Amino acid sequence: MRSGDATGSIKRRLVVQLGLVTALLSIAFFLAVRVVAEKAATDTQDNILAASATSIVEAVYSDSGEVRLELPYSAITMLSTVSEDRVFYRVLVDGETITGYDDLPLPEGRATGIGPVFDTYPFRGEALRTVQVARTLSVQDQPRQVNVVVGQTRLGLGAISSRITTNAVAIGTAFFLVATALSFLAAQNAIAPLDRLAQVVARRGPNDLRPVTAAAPVELVPLVGGLNSFMERLRQALTRSEDLITEAAHRVRTPLATVRTQAEVIHRQTDHPASKKALREMIRAVDESSRSAGQLLDHAMVTFRSDQLETQEINAADLLRDVVDRLQPTAELKDIHLALELDDDPVTVRGDIILLQNAVRNLVDNAIKYSPADTDILIKLSGEGACQMAFIDQGRGFGEADLTQLTSRFSRGKNVDDVVGSGLGLTIADDVARAHGGALDICSNQEGPGACVTLVLPLS
Amino acid sequence: MRFLLIEDNVKLAQAICDRFALEGHVADHADCLSDAELSMRTVAYDMILLDIMLPDGDGREFLRAHRSANNPTPVIVLTARSEVSDRVGLLDLGADDFITKPFDFSELEARIRAVMRRFGGVANNSKTFGDVVFDTTSGSLSVAGEALQLRNREMRLLEVFFGTPGQIFSKTHLMDRLFSFSEEVSENAIEVYVGRLRKKLEPSQVAIETVRGLGYRMVLEQ
Repeated sequence: MRSGDATGSIKRRLVVQLGLVTALLSIAFFLAVRVVAEKAATDTQDNILAASATSIVEAVYSDSGEVRLELPYSAITMLSTVSEDRVFYRVLVDGETITGYDDLPLPEGRATGIGPVFDTYPFRGEALRTVQVARTLSVQDQPRQVNVVVGQTRLGLGAISSRITTNAVAIGTAFFLVATALSFLAAQNAIAPLDRLAQVVARRGPNDLRPVTAAAPVELVPLVGGLNSFMERLRQALTRSEDLITEAAHRVRTPLATVRTQAEVIHRQTDHPASKKALREMIRAVDESSRSAGQLLDHAMVTFRSDQLETQEINAADLLRDVVDRLQPTAELKDIHLALELDDDPVTVRGDIILLQNAVRNLVDNAIKYSPADTDILIKLSGEGACQMAFIDQGRGFGEADLTQLTSRFSRGKNVDDVVGSGLGLTIADDVARAHGGALDICSNQEGPGACVTLVLPLS
Repeated sequence: MRFLLIEDNVKLAQAICDRFALEGHVADHADCLSDAELSMRTVAYDMILLDIMLPDGDGREFLRAHRSANNPTPVIVLTARSEVSDRVGLLDLGADDFITKPFDFSELEARIRAVMRRFGGVANNSKTFGDVVFDTTSGSLSVAGEALQLRNREMRLLEVFFGTPGQIFSKTHLMDRLFSFSEEVSENAIEVYVGRLRKKLEPSQVAIETVRGLGYRMVLEQ
């Protein structure tokens, strides 16, 4: 069966899409971690700066009209605990620097005394975080504006930030990899029911038209439904054509029987050689068409039943005995003896009794047809390794015919022009053998003339 | 022998009855089941030939009723359907055998004979000529008190001669009786079987004589 061209793979699409989403999420995660971490680090520095500046501004006092400052040692040490960063400070009273770095710029925005003002700017070649704290000091009832600016370089912060970045990259990458692997599994898992369904359908024999009953997820139910209704239509079409063949065979056979019997009666009553010859031809033509109709019907039946074998344990000896009993009267008409040689041990196979009977009947029927009068047909059953039913006749054999071609439809040996036949007998037997996992071996008889056909079936 | 043919196709039934008459048998025709039952009440038949599809019922129903009434008359079914599908069902229902239409009349005869043999033969079916007793059902022959078994073709050939002893039968006629329509045989083939019969009849008073240019006849040796 030809499959349509594949356009992409659901699994690949799922993996790629899930991978893209994972990558985006990883990047967002990385950015979020960095922003939050840096904010936290900055806040920490700001708090210490503010504490330092506040402790300095608190240390400003007035002494006999002079503003004085006893710089608290802790104000500087608390900053140095953060890192190896350099610290700058500047204390202004009414805009005049009384101590510290004169060129340290004031943070943007005026200090109102309500809270510290922060700013970041470059200073002496390095980024500096500064805070300004203001306080109004009353000196001899004169308000004096005291501003303290404390700044610290951001080397420590940069180190923290780069460590956080490294970690965030590592975590983001790990997240990406794990999520991609999981998305791969998820994709596989998601299309597993599809795979299962495909396998269930692919495993079927070419004639298996039973509805698919494998459990399918909701999304696949319409597909399975479509498939089943398609197969049901196909099955109905097959059944209809089978009914048609049965009906046609029935309609054709009754008039043929009338013609044949009437021809036989006249053939007996007339002495005219030419009429006798003509009647003979007529009867042979009737036989040929009825045989073809019968075997076409048999073949249709075999094909139809092959997909739904009604199997049961079958004793091969009983089967052969049954068919031989049935065909014995036909064989006797030519004084042909059907000799049955059975295995000592019972040989059982699992199979469809109607199909196997049909196959065996066709083989025995063939042997009778092609055997000369006064001969034996040996039917041998052996259970060695497999159930082997051999049909050995002393007829004309298969001559020069290609033995591999004989089981194809309507193919007949090249030496059979004088025998009525349709060329379906071996095809039917071969089809039945295949449907049961067996084979039909055809060869010319090794001892003397004739054919040897062996139906090989697996033992049950 | 007397047959009841239950068949709805009148032309086919007529042809079959004619064919039976040629063999010296009597066949009554019933074209439906009720007709058949009527016939069976008045005549004792040796065998029933039954078609399956009938206007007033299924032949299989007839078969079932026939068997459950313990009627011993054997039944051969004439079917126009496939062997595959019908086979099992028909035999299970109690048909003694079946044959698919269209059939070779000699095959029907062979099947009738086989069924009759299984039933232990028909009472007055052995014929006597001189010191030879011939049972046409079993094919057994008693020659001067000694039992012999004939092969099928020998039996059918002798049956022709026993039909009308003394009558001359042409080679062509004998061949028609012996060989099927699909067999291509030369006229001399019949001599083989006549030869075999002569050998078996050797010890008796019965002889098969060659009538030059005309054929053969069965006579009592003086």
